[in-house]
Amino acid sequence: MNPTLAWYFRRYFPWIFFVAAVVLPLLFASDYRLFQLTMVVVYAVAVLGLNLLTGFNGQVSLGNGAFYAIGAYVTAIMMDKWDVPYWATLPVSAVICAGVGFLIGLPALRLGGMYLALTTFALAVATPQLLKYKAFENYTGGVQGIVINKPDAPFGLPLSPDQWIYLFALAVGGLLFLAATNIVRGRIGRAMRAIRDQPTAAEAMGIDIALFKTRAFATSAMYTGIAGSLGAITIQFVAPDAFGVSISLTFFVGMVVGGGASIAGAIMGALFIQFIPNIADEISKAAPGAVYGLILIAFMFLLPGGLASLLRLFNRGRATPMAAVAAAGFTNLPKQAGVPDQLAPEIDNPRRPHAAAPVNRSASEPQ
Amino acid sequence: MKRRSLLATAGAALATAPLARASAATVVGVTATEIKIGHTIPYSGPASAYGVIGQGHAAFFKRVNDKGGIAGRKINFISLDDGYAPPRTVEQVRRLVEQDQVAFLFNTLGTPNNTAIQKYVNQKKVPHIFLSTGADKWGDPEHFPWTIGWQPSYRTEAQIYAKYIMKNRPNAKVAVLYQNDDFGKDYITGFKDGFGAQYSKYVAKEFSFEVTDATIDSQAVSMQATGADVVLTAATPKFAAQMIRKISDMDWKPLHFLTNVSSSVGAVITPAGPERAVGIITSAYGKDPTDPTWANDAGMNEWRAFMKEYLPTGDLTDGGYVFSYGVCTTLMQVLKQCGDDFSRENVMKEAANLKNLTIPTLLPGITVGTSPTNYHPIRQMQLQKWTGKTWELFGEIIEGTGA
Repeated sequence: MNPTLAWYFRRYFPWIFFVAAVVLPLLFASDYRLFQLTMVVVYAVAVLGLNLLTGFNGQVSLGNGAFYAIGAYVTAIMMDKWDVPYWATLPVSAVICAGVGFLIGLPALRLGGMYLALTTFALAVATPQLLKYKAFENYTGGVQGIVINKPDAPFGLPLSPDQWIYLFALAVGGLLFLAATNIVRGRIGRAMRAIRDQPTAAEAMGIDIALFKTRAFATSAMYTGIAGSLGAITIQFVAPDAFGVSISLTFFVGMVVGGGASIAGAIMGALFIQFIPNIADEISKAAPGAVYGLILIAFMFLLPGGLASLLRLFNRGRATPMAAVAAAGFTNLPKQAGVPDQLAPEIDNPRRPHAAAPVNRSASEPQ
Repeated sequence: MKRRSLLATAGAALATAPLARASAATVVGVTATEIKIGHTIPYSGPASAYGVIGQGHAAFFKRVNDKGGIAGRKINFISLDDGYAPPRTVEQVRRLVEQDQVAFLFNTLGTPNNTAIQKYVNQKKVPHIFLSTGADKWGDPEHFPWTIGWQPSYRTEAQIYAKYIMKNRPNAKVAVLYQNDDFGKDYITGFKDGFGAQYSKYVAKEFSFEVTDATIDSQAVSMQATGADVVLTAATPKFAAQMIRKISDMDWKPLHFLTNVSSSVGAVITPAGPERAVGIITSAYGKDPTDPTWANDAGMNEWRAFMKEYLPTGDLTDGGYVFSYGVCTTLMQVLKQCGDDFSRENVMKEAANLKNLTIPTLLPGITVGTSPTNYHPIRQMQLQKWTGKTWELFGEIIEGTGA
């Protein structure tokens, strides 16, 4: 097969997309639109973090908003109390969130499915109250929250602060997406999916389930925490009430709408959670929540595989060696026999874990 | 080449922008036929009950437009949902200011939400007027000259209680219970303003609790042990109800002041027991639509006529509509005073230049007044006592002491 222009386009689509994401908004978007797009990047990183845990590894978390809050507060406190430059707060919040995520991953080993979902949900419920806790008030600012300054573009670059923050978030987000793509494409990603689909078989293959699950938690927390830091810098304000249960659920919605176990789906999910609520508000002032709900239901009916399944249609022409998956020893091929239509591209697993879980879970796991 | 010239243009624009800004008055969002006003409120989410205020505003401005608008211009009221989430408030306000290019922001709702945007709007010099929150910090013209509140702040309310105590109970010994957050602490600040140098003479002790606490029983017992004969409960409804019940259970009979926030019959008095609450004092500044006193009141009749025509399906017992009517009426006075100059500077100047304005939905005798150094438009309240069946206003209008 001779590579055609279209082939090249598809092969390098992620890079073309990235370059377009850098250039086009800088040329054409107003500061307000840039702010929105920055939030899309922030949400995309957060949704990707959740996707690594839930989509790829099958550990349902309804509490990732807590890591988002920790990341945001680490950045805000460091910038406000110790005048640390914004960029230097990111590694700190990554390390702290990864640590917290790892610790939470330990008890999570004992819990499966809905029980884990409920436990992480409790974390989300507790977060705003912990942030208001009196003993931390000197740092967290209590209910008042913390207002931080918006960083200007460095080196005298002729960019507005919004343009600069957008580029900064995009650079950080780009790196995180690249890293996630490499993780899920390789050995680790296969192990993560194997644990999700067939834990018993995965263990028999020699995969250390405890190790992978806790590290998946740590990685997910780290991604979400960095997203929280970027979000705080963008919004310039953190307050306990901004980090309630709804933010966790928002990430979850983004993941499901975008498509579980899909890297590109995280971006589409982020676009959804950023823009659809505003569209709902435009449609009805009386009941925007109901409109949002209807749109969500419509999406789930029309695109049960998430927005990423659209991308799969587009990708079908792309040469996709299934051999790589098969060679790994734990292919999903037998289970997919009934759906030959959905060939798996190398980075994506088309089966949504939550849809498949009841059928495929081993009997030992609580349902 | 094209890109380079674009960048150059952008650079030039950036360089000249401060000069242009410094020269003349900024007229944004105003044309010969229209004035754009921006607003955010939770139409969705946990605080969506406040959404009625936004509906009230929209109906009010529709009536203004039906009657010919203001200075020949129609009001284009752009109200956006923020779900009570500060990040969305930031987003929506940036949309209003940068994309929709509103003339000013009006009555944006929520303390954390307004905190999130206060710095931004002051940097942009966009009038941020008559906010929907009772925090005291909106009256700070020195640091935030573009932000002004509307309703009496918690601090003003505490000043008023202090004034009443000093006048009527000069030998009182006061115990204070406050919620350990901005809301509760505003009352302590207000008491300190009100009692001034005599604070330590009057206030025996302050007790605090966390919103996360289960009960305030132990605090109540300690308060009684101080021998206090006056109690101020600066708490949200759940704790206020507990306090009323505990005081009654302990057979303690202090003069009990309750915050305006917790004066709801349904959420506080009924759960605590209406008979236990007899004699409790709180304060009010607006007319309660369910109070039979105002059944034939001219001001409330004006509001009811408006509701009948423009919001026929609206709930006439919902105080949110009354609040909306009051704050919109105040805004109309500001716009009237602006004459034909709706520049941002002039709108802000007139918002801080209200003199003895009476509002149909406020209690008789309460007026709205502002000045360049006073950004607390409503500083008067009237006390009311629970009779066992209803709140009964008594005494005269009392004005807060501080700035």
